[in-house]
Amino acid sequence: MQRHLISAADLTRDDAVLILDTAEEMARVADRPIKKLPTLRGRTVVNLFFEDSTRTRISFEAAEKRLSADVINFTAKGSSVSKGESLKDTAQTLEAMGVDAVVIRHGASGAPYRLATSGWIDAAVINAGDGTHQHPTQALLDAFTMRRRLVGRDAGIGQDLAGKRITIVGDVLHSRVARSNVDLLHTLGAEVTLVAPPTLVPVGVGTWPCEVSYDLDSTLAKSDAVMMLRVQRERMNAAFFPTEREYSRRYGLDGERMAKMPEHAIVMHPGPMVRGMEITAEVADSDRCTVVEQVANGVSIRMAVLYLLLGGNEPAVTHTRTEEK
Amino acid sequence: MSKILIRGAKVLGGEPQDVLIDGGLVAEIGTGLSAEGAEVVEADGKVLLPGLVDLHTHLREPGREDSETVLTGTRAAASGGYTAVFAMANTFPVADTAGVVEQVYRLGREHGYCDVQPIGAVTVGLEGRKLAELGAMHESAAGVTVFSDDGKCVDDAVIMRRALEYVKAFGGVVAQHAQEPRLTEGAQMNEGVVSAELGLGGWPAVAEESIIARDVLLAEHVGSRVHICHLSTAGSVEIVRWAKSRGIDVTAEVTPHHLLLTDELVRTYDPVYKVNPPLRTERDVMALREALADGTIDIVATDHAPHPHEDKDCEWAAAAMGMVGLETALSVVQQTMVETGLLDWTGVADRMSAAPARIGRADGHGRPVSVGEPANLTLVDTAYRGSVDPAGFASRSRNTPYAGRELPGRVTHTWLRGKATLVDGKLA
Repeated sequence: MQRHLISAADLTRDDAVLILDTAEEMARVADRPIKKLPTLRGRTVVNLFFEDSTRTRISFEAAEKRLSADVINFTAKGSSVSKGESLKDTAQTLEAMGVDAVVIRHGASGAPYRLATSGWIDAAVINAGDGTHQHPTQALLDAFTMRRRLVGRDAGIGQDLAGKRITIVGDVLHSRVARSNVDLLHTLGAEVTLVAPPTLVPVGVGTWPCEVSYDLDSTLAKSDAVMMLRVQRERMNAAFFPTEREYSRRYGLDGERMAKMPEHAIVMHPGPMVRGMEITAEVADSDRCTVVEQVANGVSIRMAVLYLLLGGNEPAVTHTRTEEK
Repeated sequence: MSKILIRGAKVLGGEPQDVLIDGGLVAEIGTGLSAEGAEVVEADGKVLLPGLVDLHTHLREPGREDSETVLTGTRAAASGGYTAVFAMANTFPVADTAGVVEQVYRLGREHGYCDVQPIGAVTVGLEGRKLAELGAMHESAAGVTVFSDDGKCVDDAVIMRRALEYVKAFGGVVAQHAQEPRLTEGAQMNEGVVSAELGLGGWPAVAEESIIARDVLLAEHVGSRVHICHLSTAGSVEIVRWAKSRGIDVTAEVTPHHLLLTDELVRTYDPVYKVNPPLRTERDVMALREALADGTIDIVATDHAPHPHEDKDCEWAAAAMGMVGLETALSVVQQTMVETGLLDWTGVADRMSAAPARIGRADGHGRPVSVGEPANLTLVDTAYRGSVDPAGFASRSRNTPYAGRELPGRVTHTWLRGKATLVDGKLA
């Protein structure tokens, strides 16, 4: 059985709930004076980052250290696509050093899948974001945050997100966060609506297990959570939308729009936020915005994933895609 | 030149007959022909076809001899039943001068496995800005008649118009790689359901179709002949069908892999499936097969694109685009066209020999299997079944999408002007 986490789509409902439940356990560690478990003592985990992402790397690093793993950080930004052999060579170097798990962030969609299936290495592979494909631990931490807020911290144990209505807004086309969330939230029983200008919705979205709308205002009143995606300013130059201001007017979340959401509904953002464009400061700083919680929850989720992949007796996360094919 | 008697071959799939080769020509066809003074090849009901002609091959020499050379490429061609290949111009240096095309042509002649007809670049350095010396390449010893910037699209409408007009002076044809560059920036695979899920940059069908639409209209306007390389979408088929119904002088080719494989394979993220144009959907595959059967698509061309192992043994985005195809083309056509009842062997002979020779003006190739014609012939064991083993390829590269896949048919003999280049499946 393979022991990788490549895509949120590879998780069954039970896998996902077990990870969320385990993350609740892990979250308690953060409340202790000494935030450390001996679980991964003697195990070596490499954070292999071909693409810059300080937040994700630090989050994984914190999770690894709290589990007492030996951590190696490897940054090779921008080198892989220009030199095709570097991923393989790097992987084999790490393998030779006896690495137990590789946390990989890569600009090319499919690079973690390739690493896990090409026979280059034996280590467990955890996808920390690949191109515009997947970012499964982000989806898990988002689901964890939703479950805590919308179901309850203790009441949520063993529960999924059945019937919760989640709206994801913004650059779906280029977003691994959107893809991962659609897959996982669907698995957990939530109803997902993607909202974006048509230029930022991928051709082929029709087969995804979600609704698609071009109109933010009409979806707000029926949303339990609204997740704003980051919009990169360079998208503007590529004519995905006319101007930043027009984007903000149609797809930005401000106080007025937030007021249309149900009382209990939360605002989420994977960060980093571009204040003023996709989200106003008023919304970003409100109690309903969970950005800071998401960051904290990210550590708990990553601890849970590492624990289950490397430390637990039963691997909770199995990679099913190759087995199906 | 020695005499060869091919005994009991089904000529173009017909009743078994004997075919006598003498002096590089087909000397006699009949039953019970005398074997006196001739080397006998027992065909045992194998199918005899005219030597195959590939209008779209990448031989990589000069410049990328680590992928393929004229020698290894023509050996691969002979193994696949080909007696003539057209070598694409995207070499290093680019085949945009008489000197380069003559070198490639000469190497083909010297090696003797297969005639090599160089294709000249349309524009200097394939850069799309300035016409290459098309006339000089035509007048060179290579006698270039096909011009293409393949690998890149001649996307500037004025340059394309001028090229189409200019080659009329010597009966040339422009072979277009139809790919609107802006619509395919960052493209990694077919744009659709699978690309949306995998998060790989999409190569939309319309990027091919819009260029084909423009080019057939240009060809009509200036009264020229245009050839569309590796057509890959159902929409492209419709445009070509419309253009032909209108009397526009357009021809089109399809690759074997676009007749068999779909973008679902990209889910493996295995770069062996990375190719340009990309693998499309099942619907496109079926439309291409039908179009090849009804003649809307004129020919099968391999787009044989050898790459060294390291260029494919990496992550998808970093990998080179292309697949080798010379040694598997006929098997794929047998599976997708013959065994589905869409084409008979006469049809295969047309699509893989006569029509490409006609489009490329390869005199002496693509001729009927009849008395007095050059003995460019291919003998195929159509009953053979086996899985593809790239280790046995004559090509220097192994980037085949069919490794381990069972494909029918096997070329056992190839003759170039009466001289065996392949005997019992082994290169002569």
